[in-house]
Amino acid sequence: MNPPRHVSHDYARVYVWEQPVRWFHWINAATIVVLGVTGWLIAKPPVFLVSTEASFNDWFGQVRFIHFVAAYVFTANFAFRLYWSFAGNKYAHWRNFFPLTARQIRQIGEVLRVDILQSTREAVHTLGHNSMAYFTYAGTGLLTVFQIVSGFALYAPMSDAWLPALFTWATPLLGDEFSLRTFHYAVMWAFTVFTIIHVYLVFYHDYVEGHGVLSSMVGGWKFMEKKQIASEETAGLSPYPKPRSRVPVAPPRPAKTG
Amino acid sequence: MNSPVLAPAPVPTVYEQMASRGVSRRDFLKFCTWMGAYHGLENDGTAQIARAIETKRRIPVVWLHFQECTCCSESFLRSSHPIVADILLDKISLDYTETLQAAAGHQAEEILQDVITRHKGEYLMLVEGSVPLAADGCYCVVGGKSALDTVREVAAGAKAIVAWGNCACSGCVQAANPNPTGATPVHAIIKDKPIVNVQGCPPIAEVMAGVLVHLLTFDRLPQLDSLGRPKAFYSRRVHDTCYRRPNYDAGLFVETFDDENARKGYCLYRVGCRGPSTYNACGTMRWNNGTSFPIQSGHPCLGCSEAKFWDNGPFYQRLTNFPGFGIESTADQIGLGVAALAAGGALAHAVLTNVRKRHDIGEQPGESPADLDPNPTASEPPQKP
Repeated sequence: MNPPRHVSHDYARVYVWEQPVRWFHWINAATIVVLGVTGWLIAKPPVFLVSTEASFNDWFGQVRFIHFVAAYVFTANFAFRLYWSFAGNKYAHWRNFFPLTARQIRQIGEVLRVDILQSTREAVHTLGHNSMAYFTYAGTGLLTVFQIVSGFALYAPMSDAWLPALFTWATPLLGDEFSLRTFHYAVMWAFTVFTIIHVYLVFYHDYVEGHGVLSSMVGGWKFMEKKQIASEETAGLSPYPKPRSRVPVAPPRPAKTG
Repeated sequence: MNSPVLAPAPVPTVYEQMASRGVSRRDFLKFCTWMGAYHGLENDGTAQIARAIETKRRIPVVWLHFQECTCCSESFLRSSHPIVADILLDKISLDYTETLQAAAGHQAEEILQDVITRHKGEYLMLVEGSVPLAADGCYCVVGGKSALDTVREVAAGAKAIVAWGNCACSGCVQAANPNPTGATPVHAIIKDKPIVNVQGCPPIAEVMAGVLVHLLTFDRLPQLDSLGRPKAFYSRRVHDTCYRRPNYDAGLFVETFDDENARKGYCLYRVGCRGPSTYNACGTMRWNNGTSFPIQSGHPCLGCSEAKFWDNGPFYQRLTNFPGFGIESTADQIGLGVAALAAGGALAHAVLTNVRKRHDIGEQPGESPADLDPNPTASEPPQKP
């Protein structure tokens, strides 16, 4: 019999994603889906042959209304997440998103070798995201900012509200509204591509590593062998700030009897 | 036209000149009311306009033509209000304009020099057409001088500059990619003078007249938007004033130009209408004595009062060619391609994962039901009995 590779199954439950992070994630996901679908409809509305007068219909107006409301939710949600990157636990901290330490940069290489090239077998075990994932989310954060700025700049002429008016400077940067609109639409595709890869990779990581990453965005808990947790904690990928409440390891359960 | 040879007589005011031409007081006040309405002034604004035209002398005007098709002049001449063309051609002192002046050759050049020296700091400079900067400006030379030199020379003593049309405001078709002549709008060349951009290809006649009357009346620039366009005419989108707008909100769209929906006069959004991103007064003022405008004739707005509208093609679809990806590739085609690539990559990766990582995915030693330790705190798998 081969020598056992993973002999220890001494798993611990670690509370990684706090409730605000999870709320952010699902609100973000929902609004992106809504914005994507309505955005696509706005760009390419289906053509109906209707016999009624225009005054009896308002579906396109409704679609646009939903798009604008979802945009406000999307923006507020993102603003909250920015706040939480200062107030939240270390896995949510903003420093993770920028690969500034040698360790983070090294880990990006490791992740690419292990997960994409698959030239190395030993998985990279991290409690938060791995450095590559954090860095990718910094990218989607940039796209989010672009969509918010360009979206509100496009919306400003139709609105008297103060918030859209803050973004009117964006239109001349890309020349004119029409170009801005083209880019705003193209970034919708970027989100689509991101979503495909993101969903696949979550399944992949859950499948291969077994840390429960898929369910972690529901319950907040990840599962990892204690010795991996120990090495992750000491290696300190995300040392800022000190965790506020320490409940990383669930207390041992009483042994089942009978 | 003022002749530089004659000794200047006491210059009559604009109104005096109009009256001498047989314009009745009633017609004059009607004109003032029209102009007040165009500018969105309150009722007493009419009196202000009337007073200004009664008391002010004619403004000397130099109207320069560069790289252009003269459609701005053509539009201007069709200014439909009974006496607009009349007042603006007769009542301002249009001292120099290549297309309309009787003078030619040296005589014309002499008049230009005379105006810019005699009325230094007083005259209005109107520019139609873009200025080529490539090859030392050799693409547009009038009277032996490049357009660039003329613009600089005339602008130096001008009180204000009015850029007519898309050419002078943003380069229009000459400045479209790849812009072989280096066509440049006036505001990119002259930085130290007040400039009004009267956008459009061409601008609406009444808008042109309105801007001139504003300058004449109030002796200062009208309120301008961030692109230098008078807000009175360019603050609203064609879309917002379009009479087909209810069809847009109702989601009733024309799909092709010959379909039933086109006959019903539905919204032209899907066939490329640029109304939602175009700022102009077409929807309210319309063209040719308020007769019609493109959308009313069943043609989508091309966005001719916006910069780069030639480059934002094709005209008849909403999605343009995406910059940087070659001809005829829209964001949809590129997006679909990349998404397919991502999905395919994910699929291939999934297959590869199952091959390369089968040891990690499958049951690990110590995980078969028989191996499971009834005591979960133990760290080592138990020996099989």
